[in-house]
Amino acid sequence: MAGHSNYVPQSAAAKWLESRLPVISLIRGSFVDFPTPKNLNYWWTFGGILFMVLIAQILTGVVLVMHYTPSTANAFASVEHIMRDVNFGWLLRYLHANGASMFFIAVYIHIFRGMYYGSYKAPREISWILGVIIFLIMMATAFMGYVLPWGQMSFWGATVITNLFSAIPLVGEEIRTWLWGGFSVDNPTLNRFFSLHYLLPFMIFGVVLLHVWAFHTTGNNNPTGVQPKTKQDTIPFHPYYTVKDLFAIVVFLILFAWFAFYVPNYMGHPDNYTEANPLVTPAHIVPEWYFLPFYAILRAIPDKLGGVIAMFGSIAVLFVLPWLDTSKVRSGTFRPLFKQFFWIFGAVCIGLGYLGSQPAEGIYVILSRILTAYYFAHFLIILPLLGFLEKPKPLPASISEAVLGAGQPAGAVAGPQTK
Amino acid sequence: MAQQDTVEPTRRDFLYIATGAVGAVGAAALAWPFVDQMNPDASALALASIEVDVSAVEEGQSITVKWRGKPVFIRNRTAEEIQEAKSVPVGELPDPLARNSNLPADAEASDTNRAAPEKEPWLVMVGICTHLGCVPLGQQGDFGGWFCPCHGSHYDTAGRIRKGPAPENLLVPPFEFVSDTTIKVG
Repeated sequence: MAGHSNYVPQSAAAKWLESRLPVISLIRGSFVDFPTPKNLNYWWTFGGILFMVLIAQILTGVVLVMHYTPSTANAFASVEHIMRDVNFGWLLRYLHANGASMFFIAVYIHIFRGMYYGSYKAPREISWILGVIIFLIMMATAFMGYVLPWGQMSFWGATVITNLFSAIPLVGEEIRTWLWGGFSVDNPTLNRFFSLHYLLPFMIFGVVLLHVWAFHTTGNNNPTGVQPKTKQDTIPFHPYYTVKDLFAIVVFLILFAWFAFYVPNYMGHPDNYTEANPLVTPAHIVPEWYFLPFYAILRAIPDKLGGVIAMFGSIAVLFVLPWLDTSKVRSGTFRPLFKQFFWIFGAVCIGLGYLGSQPAEGIYVILSRILTAYYFAHFLIILPLLGFLEKPKPLPASISEAVLGAGQPAGAVAGPQTK
Repeated sequence: MAQQDTVEPTRRDFLYIATGAVGAVGAAALAWPFVDQMNPDASALALASIEVDVSAVEEGQSITVKWRGKPVFIRNRTAEEIQEAKSVPVGELPDPLARNSNLPADAEASDTNRAAPEKEPWLVMVGICTHLGCVPLGQQGDFGGWFCPCHGSHYDTAGRIRKGPAPENLLVPPFEFVSDTTIKVG
């Protein structure tokens, strides 16, 4: 992270601090002077957007806790109390609830951007793996947060998900009882979920710092996938990308605000405004939209343990993606076949999401099985083979050449693009 | 340096290993309370049994009671339902085991092994689908028993899984008739 700054402390106070804790040069090296490829497009702004959403979730979450009561007797009522009595409680809760969805919208775009431009390939494997870890912690955090209002969907979602662990051979039942702290989802379960829901975002924050440290060590990937070669290929992070990221954040906040102010319950379930009842299961249990593709994979396999393995496997496969893609070319821009399979894969993921929202019967089950098979085939068959079968297009010699067109001397005044 | 690998272990080596081993055991012993605190506590275990008056449950009626936070179905079955459950050969069932906590684990899933001993109409079961834990709906589904709306598991009139993703028959909890009209569950 450090080492990119030519910062020399000027004032006596700065010199005093710098010689004891070089925090100013660390920040300047990481977020001010940091040399960033000059061709990053708007798909690269989602990292900054995600950081903003994480901070927003922590802030709204911390103040919601000042009014929430984590007990089965009072949780549901305390959420209604937030909505009706607490000053601006409705706003804070809607921002927090919709913030979770916005977080997943941004993270899915961020992940697919990494997939398209080959950001997971050497030397950025560790950045990618840390990203998958963040994604896993995010899912755990979102799941436990959804349990806290103690509505019907909270309760039955928690029941179905914790029951997944009972599929583990031999010790499954014991693990489930241990997770519950009883013989069903009950007060102890709610309390521990609350504790962990407060803890995990700070763990995400820590892993995010590692994630940034890793790709600041290797340098950012960029839309060409070609490493920067000269100083002409990069520009300082500030002001170029601070301003670009801020602009993207403002646009993203417009979407966020539209959800929070105009359709705050669009992504929720009406059933969750009914208090949890352990004796009655709602007719149609569906997880939040961001879990639907994984839920479809779970239900596609007709065997309990098999379904659970497939669901966790669909995320686990991401960890080894850097070694499954055998192509030496990073960016999908120069990979004509990969590009097509990438969009098919994106459509398959959306298709799985749709199927996860439908009842598990008839044609939906058959389609879920086909799409689940394709999901795994994309990683385990198509990506490894493409590296050998595909003839990539010629790569530009440098980022500058890709931006300014071939024949322009590096550093010349930008001419009109020739192609 | 290479020669160092072949020398006899010294007393210092022994001390290193012994200290490390004691430290590891100590760390594990300290970790256990942090893990075990999540297991059911004394108050959860204290709720382990309940007594239910079933004198008002007529033939063809069921009640649901709460035991250990879970629904327990108590049904006074009709002669027709019993007949239907008895007519199925055990060999055709997806789960051939009785899943009755009052019987040995390998007891077969005959209707007799599922129902209350010597009180054939009475069926006592934990109302939790063995798939992912939803509460099945009574007297519905393809076999006239229970149907789970979550992922489509069908149970018959003896609470045995017949169709769908659930792997096991509905669990019969430990219970006994303490009098003709009172059932003790747990």
